[in-house]
Amino acid sequence: MATDSPWARLRADFAESRLAMAGLGLLVALVGLALLAPLLSPQNPYDLAQLDVLDSKLAPGEKSSTGGTYWLGTDDQGRDMLSGILYGLRISVGVGVASTGLALSIGMVFGLLSAYFGGWLDAIIMRVVDIQLSFPSILIALILLAVLGQGVDKIIVALVAVQWAYYARTVRSAALVERQKEYVEAAKVLALSEARVVFRHLLPNCLPPLIVVATVQVAHAIALEATLSFLGLGLPVTEPSLGLLISNGFQYLLSGKYWISFYPGVALLLTIMAINLVADQLRDVLNPRLRR
Amino acid sequence: MSAEPLLQVEGLRTHFFTKAGVVKAVDDVSFSVARGKVMGLVGESGSGKSMTGYSIVGLVDSPGRIVGGRILFDGVDLATLDPVAWRAIRGKRIAMIFQDPMMTLNPVLRVDTQIVEAVLAHAGVSRESALARAREALVRVGIASPDERLRAYPHQFSGGMRQRVAIAIALVNQPDLIIADEPTTALDVTIQGQILFEMQKICAESRTALIWITHDLSVVAGLADTVCVMYAGRVVETGRVSEVLGQPLHPYTRGLIDSVPSRNRRGEPLRQIPGMTPSLLGMGEGCAFRERCAAASAACASSPDVAELARGRFVRCFHPVGEPMAAASP
Amino acid sequence: MISPVTGEQPPLVALRDVSKRFASRMDLASRIAARVGAGPAQQVVRALDSVSLEVKQGEVLGLVGESGCGKSTLGRIVARILEPTSGERFWRGAPYSAFDGRSQRAERLAIQMIFQDPFASLNPRLRIVDVIGEAPVVHGLIGREDREAYVADLMARVGLDASTAKRFPHQFSGGQRSRIGIARALAVQPQFLVCDEAVAALDVSIQAQVLNLFIRLREELSLTYLFISHDLGVVRHLSDRVAIMYLGRVVELATAGEVFARPNHPYTQALLAEIPTIEPRKRAFQPIRGEIPSPLSPPPGCHFHPRCPHSTERCRREQPAFREVAPGHFSACHLNDTK
Repeated sequence: MATDSPWARLRADFAESRLAMAGLGLLVALVGLALLAPLLSPQNPYDLAQLDVLDSKLAPGEKSSTGGTYWLGTDDQGRDMLSGILYGLRISVGVGVASTGLALSIGMVFGLLSAYFGGWLDAIIMRVVDIQLSFPSILIALILLAVLGQGVDKIIVALVAVQWAYYARTVRSAALVERQKEYVEAAKVLALSEARVVFRHLLPNCLPPLIVVATVQVAHAIALEATLSFLGLGLPVTEPSLGLLISNGFQYLLSGKYWISFYPGVALLLTIMAINLVADQLRDVLNPRLRR
Repeated sequence: MSAEPLLQVEGLRTHFFTKAGVVKAVDDVSFSVARGKVMGLVGESGSGKSMTGYSIVGLVDSPGRIVGGRILFDGVDLATLDPVAWRAIRGKRIAMIFQDPMMTLNPVLRVDTQIVEAVLAHAGVSRESALARAREALVRVGIASPDERLRAYPHQFSGGMRQRVAIAIALVNQPDLIIADEPTTALDVTIQGQILFEMQKICAESRTALIWITHDLSVVAGLADTVCVMYAGRVVETGRVSEVLGQPLHPYTRGLIDSVPSRNRRGEPLRQIPGMTPSLLGMGEGCAFRERCAAASAACASSPDVAELARGRFVRCFHPVGEPMAAASP
Repeated sequence: MISPVTGEQPPLVALRDVSKRFASRMDLASRIAARVGAGPAQQVVRALDSVSLEVKQGEVLGLVGESGCGKSTLGRIVARILEPTSGERFWRGAPYSAFDGRSQRAERLAIQMIFQDPFASLNPRLRIVDVIGEAPVVHGLIGREDREAYVADLMARVGLDASTAKRFPHQFSGGQRSRIGIARALAVQPQFLVCDEAVAALDVSIQAQVLNLFIRLREELSLTYLFISHDLGVVRHLSDRVAIMYLGRVVELATAGEVFARPNHPYTQALLAEIPTIEPRKRAFQPIRGEIPSPLSPPPGCHFHPRCPHSTERCRREQPAFREVAPGHFSACHLNDTK
């Protein structure tokens, strides 16, 4: 155990739960599929030239006019569902991770500054956070998207705007606790610069709760994006995410052509579930009270 | 003198079965406590003293459990009791006081509620009667204006007061034995003095036996009749306080006493025990102290047994530092 | 300004009428509520009440007291972690404010602190080589490339195995962590160490080792210590002079021998009577009555009068002056006036 870093211990503790490892495996598989979508999918669903409207609304397993099998059927525009889901996964996960990452960075900085400096800076930042968090996230996102228009980048902006406040608040609580600890006082006595104290000493020790929140929030961001797309905002119809795919198939749900909504829904469910399994175990593992 | 000891612990073993291996927290511990007498259980961190206390009261949590030995309390082996029988004894005949009074006190309940609860759990008396007993218990532990204090919450008390309330709860059912796990370690010296004074008085008056677990030999010196010194889960020396402190036989006890600042000349380096306490994980054969012992020899590679060098005087060592004196009159 | 009238060096560290108040934070709503009489008033803790103290070069000044006496606050004010509410601090005769600038960082490093909690005082995410080696590199005392050798040297000096430098704090025992904290302080080549209950959390056998380390380092490196502790036995062993504090004030100051042989202030006397000793005879404890008052509302006049067996009417009204009652022996008690 010569270099038993906190991260190595984290990995070891995490691996104790088989369920969480299964979740992690599933997540890795899904992300892998998403990343490799261009290579794996039989068809590029964004290329309108490849679509044949005569192939629309075919059930899963039916053959296409060109000879291939539509394993998961097609939607109303003749798009192969499997390809659509792979690409949709790509967008959903990509948007989820990107928006979480950005929101985390922004929120983290504000939270740290708020906790470290206190006083009026803290008061102002926290009031903004409070106001932000008292609005339903959907509402804020809707308004922003209505103003900004459609596009992947616009949706990421909206999601970041909605999420940063959680991180700010979480980091602030953790930083307030850490700030009282003697190693921070020691850093001050050693006359280290404030920037160094905040980023090299405080920050790494505020990560555990942040990791837990961030993991859960990725799932939340994905779900939020799906909702927004379902409502018709954010992503253009030609670049569907899972939410949009579900939305497209909604009208056909009761008329028997379930697969247009169902399979994207399953993909979305699996993704969110995998993330939550991982997040649950992380939360238990990172909770210092539960640690032996 | 009473014939049978109230508590007789024989060969107690409490092991923890962790991921990393077996931790023998309590390894062959034996001692006895007579009615109305005070025994000091002394050791540093990792010595197993607290775990011994928890084993006696049946509060060992998984992954630990008692794997061997007997705990004879008034003839009954506590190690074999089922939870129902335990509840009848714990709190009524054996009470425990913890280092942190907030381990006893519920922060959201008033003090009177908590003490009354303790009374009613073991006696079918009326609430008024229980309340009266609660009040009386607070007076006994030296809390002024008990009526006011009864209606207060734990957070409104200072650390010393909270500990007194915890002691009051321990006393309210008139137990035969109290086990106190470092109750004054976190308190100031003057408050510690007060509490030690109260405990001395109370135990003498009600003939309650007391096991005082501590790392502080000087507390034991003033308070206890007998002392039991533990190291790495084993008992290394037992005897009357005056004998053990006046003429320690085990090298560890001797080292401990010698390293106290008041026993050394001012300004000179203190006599110290070199090295560190061994990890309890996977401790093998041999005397646990041999790495740090000046008197260690090849013989110490096998575990020494407890030898009774004089009446009531036990040492676990192949090379005790000297012979015990003839026992003074009790 | 303390001028060395006798031609001696000025004391290394001096505090002049230092007071520290902690006021509870009131946000806008509480402030309004307090203004109109509803809601709690602002709570003010008077941690230190006009304390004056000097530490001479090369000495060990022991600072003793129980909870609420303000000794930890005093230590932190000396170490620049906290600012005093009023009063002045001096380093080698010059006020601390003279060393506030960036260019005076080196001077500020001359005062270092050893903390009580061996667990919380080390950053759990840094390897030991970084814990010890960060500051000297940042301040330019050594070059990056020399860091490992420098840290190894320091670790050896405090009795640690240098090969463990790449490990993390959680892999060390409490005693070893204390040593790491000491090495960290020594790494910036200080002249003055504030030891805030540095051995309180350690086992007795480890305590002896660490105390011996302090003694050795003092000789090897010509250090000066402000040794804060509640343990009178330890303080007596290590200190040249001892100051006793009670509720924010210094009540007695004398050489260690004097304080323990001829304690003047009733609180000191009570404290000394309370120390359990290891002498193997059973004794009846004679406790001092009453609780330690809260620093939120200290008693008027002499803070100790509610618990003092000799208190008079004057003690209730008037704060006693801190006067010299014997050469080098100071005490704050009205009873001395009658002698």
